[in-house]
Amino acid sequence: MGLEAAMPADSFMTTQINRLINWARRSSVWPMPFATACCGIELMSTASSRYDLARFGAEVMRFSPRQSDLLIVAGRIAVKMLPVLQRIYLQMCEPKWVISMGACASTGGVFDTYAVVQGVDQFLPVDVYVPGCPPRPEMLLEGIMAIQRIIDSENIPYDGEGRRLPLQVAMEPNYEPRPQPAEVSIGAT
Amino acid sequence: MPSSDHPTLPLVKASFSSLTLTATLFRGQTTLIVPAENVHAIMRFLRDDPECDYDLLSDVVGIDYLKYPAETQGRFAVVYLLASYNHNRRLAVKVFLDPTLDTSGIEPDPALELETVTDIWPGAEWPEREVYDMFGIRFRNHPDLRRILMWKDFPAHPLRKDYPLRGRGERENYRVLDRESS
Repeated sequence: MGLEAAMPADSFMTTQINRLINWARRSSVWPMPFATACCGIELMSTASSRYDLARFGAEVMRFSPRQSDLLIVAGRIAVKMLPVLQRIYLQMCEPKWVISMGACASTGGVFDTYAVVQGVDQFLPVDVYVPGCPPRPEMLLEGIMAIQRIIDSENIPYDGEGRRLPLQVAMEPNYEPRPQPAEVSIGAT
Repeated sequence: MPSSDHPTLPLVKASFSSLTLTATLFRGQTTLIVPAENVHAIMRFLRDDPECDYDLLSDVVGIDYLKYPAETQGRFAVVYLLASYNHNRRLAVKVFLDPTLDTSGIEPDPALELETVTDIWPGAEWPEREVYDMFGIRFRNHPDLRRILMWKDFPAHPLRKDYPLRGRGERENYRVLDRESS
């Protein structure tokens, strides 16, 4: 927690068990990358050295749903693929969170055809929507930080049986987009 | 109208003199149009004759000509794209088919049937499955005629032009997982 440097080695501290568990969970969110399209490339870029998802404790991509906490749906989901996605979601252990990454996973995007699911939130409980086509790695980091804020917050909505309800947070861009097309100056001004 | 000087056409004409075969030329590419019941014999000839020697079937594709602006010889067409490595030559063979049943369903239509060419080119197996999946054109004696892209119970052939682009509810009709049930 960063406290060990400031405290004597033989001292102890008191905290709430809830906060300790939340701190452990938020610091080791292991994603299950369900990357089916170009959003998966941005997801790989987010995990690699330039953007370094390891800073948030989420660098361990687990390709086994039993070992992962966060399902990142990155890319369009064909109707034939949906049973696979749902089974992977069912195989994940509680507590689990879902990020719908990009326009295609959230709404179907430009693929408004008979074979493509128009938003995985129709069939899965999605917690955080990350917009973009594809989203920049900063945007996905913001989404994972939103998941961490959700874990941190005390008032996580639970249903009667102790299962967590979906939060359905939509991310706002964390940067100012330049007006497009950007002005270009040629030669000496 | 320029006449095709494709060297295969006289050979086919000499061997199948009893049939009325036509050919079209578009931007230097020759298409031979054959009757549906003679496809297999003509394909066998095109592969086995040493002057033709089309040893590669590069693709089998289907076409739906519904509401085509020009007049066509049939509603559907199946095109076989052939290539000969030895002669460095290409030829397209086209078959027109007319359905007798309503094309919105998936019931087998005896008019939309062709003899398979998988015994001539084994690589035709998957393209023919795709044509069957997308257009509902069945291939007799095919070793494994199942859908290849859509799932088994899909209730239509989606590349037919009378099938709506957004489907008939197949993408919405699925079970929903929520936090209560999962």
